[in-house]
Amino acid sequence: MTPDSLRAALRGVPDPDWLDTALRRVTAEPTEITRLFPAAGRRCGRGALPDAPGWTADDAARVLLLTALPATTPATPTPSTGTATRPSGGPCCAPCRCCRSAPPGCRCCTTAIRTNDTRLVAAALGPYARHLDPAAWRQAVLKCVFSGVPLAAVADLDARADGELATMLAALAEERHAAGRDLPADATDLLHRLTAALPREA
Amino acid sequence: MRIFDPHIHMTSRTTDDYERMAGAGVRVVVEPAFWLGQPRTSPASFTDYFDSLIGWEPFRAGQFGVRHFATIALNPKEANDPRCRPVLDLLPRYLDKDAVVAVGEIGYDSMTPEEDEAFAAQLALAVAYELPALVHTPHRDKARGCERTLAVVAESGIDAGRVVVDHLNEVTVKLVRDSGCWLGFSIYPDTKMTPQRMVELLREYGTDRMLVNSAADWGRSDPLLTRATGEAMLLAGFSDDDVDKVLWRNPVEFYGQSGRLDLSDLEDPTAVDPQTGNSILRGGS
Ligand SMILES: [Zn+2]
Repeated sequence: MTPDSLRAALRGVPDPDWLDTALRRVTAEPTEITRLFPAAGRRCGRGALPDAPGWTADDAARVLLLTALPATTPATPTPSTGTATRPSGGPCCAPCRCCRSAPPGCRCCTTAIRTNDTRLVAAALGPYARHLDPAAWRQAVLKCVFSGVPLAAVADLDARADGELATMLAALAEERHAAGRDLPADATDLLHRLTAALPREA
Repeated sequence: MRIFDPHIHMTSRTTDDYERMAGAGVRVVVEPAFWLGQPRTSPASFTDYFDSLIGWEPFRAGQFGVRHFATIALNPKEANDPRCRPVLDLLPRYLDKDAVVAVGEIGYDSMTPEEDEAFAAQLALAVAYELPALVHTPHRDKARGCERTLAVVAESGIDAGRVVVDHLNEVTVKLVRDSGCWLGFSIYPDTKMTPQRMVELLREYGTDRMLVNSAADWGRSDPLLTRATGEAMLLAGFSDDDVDKVLWRNPVEFYGQSGRLDLSDLEDPTAVDPQTGNSILRGGS
């Protein structure tokens, strides 16, 4: 999804003039983003965009606002304070979701994973999670299993899942079974895929 | 009975409370920023608190089907501490958020010059950010505190219809009614205001501009007293429609003035399960 295609997908929103003006203002006066960013949902709506699968109008507008910032704008502070501020979910820092790269030192992803807000945990395990070291990433995946976040939210799951994650999942499965409970089906499937792929011990 | 609690400090309540509230018909709550019992000594602890009011707490509420909104402000008690005053400069970034439906709680605690200043400054913010204002009235010296509150509100230029003056009682009700402001009543288990006394006030002053809340927090309080007040109204001969006006439509109208009270995907509390004929939502009877 490019900024241009997002822009096109947003053509039908209730107040397209607001967005045009907002984008121009952000380019001319970057600090204006602190007021425009949180207003995006109220002005552009929060519905799904038919021409941009997986995107809602407010998320798309916010990402466009960020991309309208002059390249010389210091990447942090981000326009939002805190973390779980949006009912639609997603870390406060839109780059986590759309660009696969975030400003150096961006703590949105690790902060989001520390929360117990499942919307944030899920969003943080998107593409940006490639910046997590293996230990932190495994813990985050396990947290998804613990808290019922579908593993479909995890980017590059099969590529990154390793023997250590399999060991951790197996231990969790054992705990659950001891308590008369099961792992969620997607975690059981992952564990099966991992154990099938791993070389058997002699 | 569908209930909107326009003033409750859920941060200090447990998930059991959310469950019981949902069961009693509470669908929406507004949590005003206030003090936390233990005095804070730096602005940073306020930002974490504000973040939780618009982040974690709405998520927690959502797990029980309760919609959560917040009001943000530097409260009058802590406005007296110079270490907390810089919070005033941090407020603007919160007042633009979707989940923030008013500036509050502002007003007086001990009626000091510092409180005067913070109160006026935050009423000005409410005007600038096009938000309603939730005004706390002092528990000591209430009548004079209320008079002074109304004078400051009038002087600020904010439309009286966009202000609720809260924690009222028999002594202060008329004053606020005549001002054009909305009237907030916090129902407590014993002291300040009870369901029975609230019913008497509704009989005498009618249901217009009347808001009933539980103000439940970490002190002795009860988040179900909104429901108890609705039941007391019915027993006293008020109609279902009167109860719905006081416990639902009035707070929707007041906070709706923010333009941010998005209740669009709230389940219809009057919905009935076609199979069983029962109300779909617990307590929605
Ligand atoms: Zn309060």
